[in-house]
Amino acid sequence: MKKVELIDISKSYDKQSNVISNINVTIEPGEFFVLVGPSGCGKSTMLRMIAGLEEITDGVLKIGEKEVNDLPPSKRDLSMVFQNYALYPHLTVKENIQFGLHVKKIPKKDRMIRTSDVAEMLGLTDYLKRKPRELSGGQRQRVALARAIVNEAPICLMDEPLSNLDAKLRAHMRSEIRQIQRRLGITMIYVTHDQIEAMTMGDRIMILHEGSIQQIGNPIDVYNNPANPFVATFIGSPPMNITSGVGDKESNAIRLNDSISIPVPFEDERYLMEKIIVGIRPEHIKAATKESKEAEKILVEVVNVEILGNETVFSFLMGEGSWQVKWSGQWQIEVGDKIPLIMNYESFCFFDSEKKEIIKKPSDVENHVFGKEVFV
Amino acid sequence: MMVSQTKAKKSVWKRSLDARTALLYLLPSILLFSVFVFYPMFRTIYLSFFLTDQNGNAALFVGLENYTYLLESVAFRNSIKATFLFVLYTVPTGIIIALILALLANEKLKGIGFFRTIYSSTMGISVAASSVIWLFLFHPSIGMFNKLLNIFNLPQVEWLLDPTWALLSVSLSTIWLNTGFSFLILLGGLQNIDEHLYESARIDGASYWYRLRRITIPMLSPTLFFIVTISLINAFQTFGQIDILTKGGPSQSTNLIVYSIYKEAFVNYQFGTASAQAVFLFICILIVTILQFKLGERKVHYQ
Ligand SMILES: Nc1ncnc2c1ncn2[C@@H]1O[C@H](COP(=O)(O)OP(=O)(O)OP(=O)(O)O)[C@@H](O)[C@H]1O
Ligand SMILES: [Mg+2]
Repeated sequence: MKKVELIDISKSYDKQSNVISNINVTIEPGEFFVLVGPSGCGKSTMLRMIAGLEEITDGVLKIGEKEVNDLPPSKRDLSMVFQNYALYPHLTVKENIQFGLHVKKIPKKDRMIRTSDVAEMLGLTDYLKRKPRELSGGQRQRVALARAIVNEAPICLMDEPLSNLDAKLRAHMRSEIRQIQRRLGITMIYVTHDQIEAMTMGDRIMILHEGSIQQIGNPIDVYNNPANPFVATFIGSPPMNITSGVGDKESNAIRLNDSISIPVPFEDERYLMEKIIVGIRPEHIKAATKESKEAEKILVEVVNVEILGNETVFSFLMGEGSWQVKWSGQWQIEVGDKIPLIMNYESFCFFDSEKKEIIKKPSDVENHVFGKEVFV
Repeated sequence: MMVSQTKAKKSVWKRSLDARTALLYLLPSILLFSVFVFYPMFRTIYLSFFLTDQNGNAALFVGLENYTYLLESVAFRNSIKATFLFVLYTVPTGIIIALILALLANEKLKGIGFFRTIYSSTMGISVAASSVIWLFLFHPSIGMFNKLLNIFNLPQVEWLLDPTWALLSVSLSTIWLNTGFSFLILLGGLQNIDEHLYESARIDGASYWYRLRRITIPMLSPTLFFIVTISLINAFQTFGQIDILTKGGPSQSTNLIVYSIYKEAFVNYQFGTASAQAVFLFICILIVTILQFKLGERKVHYQ
C-alpha cells in the first residue's frame, strides 16, 4: 500500500500541444481510484506515465514519498493490466502468471504456492495448462488479473480491463475486481470510459476531459453536484438535461423556451442573468398530480418512449435538443401524448455560461437519499 | 430403383459442385505449373534413366546406371560436399546477421527508416549485378579487400583463386546478397509482435536479453522457420554467383551441385547424368525440408 501523488503533471507528445495538462491529485494508500473520461481524453497516457512507460513532460510524480520521474517501470513496484490483456500467447496460463516471479527470481516453491493461491482465488485452477487462445474472454481477463495480483505489488494499474467483455460478465467482473482489491488492500488506479464502472467501483473518481481534470470526488457527490455541464452530462444515465436559459427580471423567472420558464425565488435573484445554463436530472422531473398547482404544471409533447423493465424513459423537445424524463414503473405513454410535468426549482442546477462552473447546486437531493433509519 | 439411381447420380454431380468450382479457380495455376514445373520435373526424372544425344533426346535406356555412375564419381561427391559446406556457411550466418539487423532496426529511433531501407536494399539488386561488384572487391590487385589487408600489413589473399578461400568468398557475397530479403521478412515478423507484451515484461523488470529469449524469439519462431526453410532451399539452388565469380573453380572447390548440373548438361551435353543429379538434388532438398518441418514445427509457436 502506497500513495501516488501527481504534482502539476503535463504531457505532450509533439512538444507543442499538451495531451494532459496540470494534473494535481493524490491517490491515497489502499484507495480504489477511477479515472474516467471520453475516448481520447488522455486516460491511458496518464496511466502509462504512472507506470513509467511514457515519459513525463512536466511535473513531479511521487510514489510513496519518493519522486519517481526517472525510475524505470520495473523499479516503481507496481503491476498493470492492459486493455488487451497482453498475455504471452506462446506461454501457458501458469507460465503467464509466473512470468514476473521468474524475472524476480522468486524461489520455485514460493512461485508454486503463490500461483496456486491466485489461481484458486480467480477460479483458474482448471486452466493452468492451457494457452491463452484456448480461453474465453472472461478467463483471459482473469489471467491478466492473476498476473497482476501474483506480484503482490502495492499499486495496481488497470486500463479499461473490462471493455472487451459482454455486459453480464462485465457486471460480474466489476464486483470481483472490487472484492479482490478490498481483500488485498492494494492501491488501485483504474481507467475506464464507462461511467457506470466509475460510479459502481470507485472510492473516488476523477473525470478527465481533453487532458484536464473536471472534477474529483466520491461518485455520489459527483453525481449530485457536478462541477460543470460536462460532468453533469457525462455522469448518469440518461444524462442530466441541459439547456441554456435567459433570466427575466420582470417576471422573476428563467425562460427556457417560449412556453417553459422557471420561477426564481426572491432570494435567488442573482441567478437572473442574461445567459445561464440550466440542468436537471431526468429522474427529478415529476409527473403533475391532482394536488399540483395549475401554474406549476408544464405541458410537454412526448417524442420518444422507452420502457426498460420497471423503468420508463421518455423525451420531449427543449431548445435545440431533447430532454429526458425517467420514472420508475411501466407508464402507458405514447409518442405524441401531452403530459403535465412538475420541475421543482430546488432540483435545478445552474451553471455559469462563461466559466462553465456550477453556481447553484440542486438543494433537494436529500429527498432522494435514504438513511439506514428507513429500515424497520 | 431407377429413380434412386438417377437421384444418386444427380447428387454426385451436385455434390461435386464445390470441387468443380475450386478446379475452375485453380485452372490458371495448374496450367502454368504443368508447363513450367510438372512437365520439366517428370521429363527430368524420365531422362535420368537414359543416355541422350546432343539435342537432349533420350537415346538409350540404361536404368539406374546414371545414378550408380554418379555415386561412384569423385567429382560429384566433391560437389555434394561443397554444396553442404556452402549451406552451412551461408544459412546460419545469414539468418543471424539478418536477425541482428532486424532487432536493431526495430527500435523506435529517429531516422530508423533510413537504416531499414539500407539494410533491405540488397533485395533490389540482381545476383548478376552484385556478383560483378563483388568480382571487383575480390580482385587480387585492385580489389578493396586486398587493399584493406595491405593497409594493416596483412598478407594478400587470392580470394577467388585459392581453393581454400574461394568457397568462403562466394559464401560471403551470398550472405550479403540474401541479408536484405531475410532482414525484411524478420523485421515484418518483429513488427507483428504486440508492443504491450514488452511493456508488460518491462513492468515485471525483465532485462533486454530476457525479453529477447522469452518473448521475441518464441513469438518470431514462425517467421524464423519460414526464413530458414527458404534460405536452405535457396542455398541448395545457388547458381548465379558461382557462374560469375568462380565458374566452379578453382579445382572444383566451388562446383556447387546446380552449377555442376549446368556444366554436365550444357557444356558436356550429358543430359542423362545431369538429370540424375537434378533428381538427386530434388531428393536432398525434399529430405532436408521434411526433416526441418518434423523437427522445427514442434518448437514453432503459431498464433
Ligand atoms: N504515442 C502517441 N503519439 C502521439 N499522440 C498520442 C500518442 N498516444 C496517444 N496520443 C494522443 O493523446 C491523446 C490521449 O490519448 P489516450 O490514449 O491517453 O486516450 P484515452 O483517454 O486512453 O482514450 P481511450 O478511451 O480511447 O483509450 C489522444 O488525442 C491521442 O491521439
Ligand atoms: Mg486508452
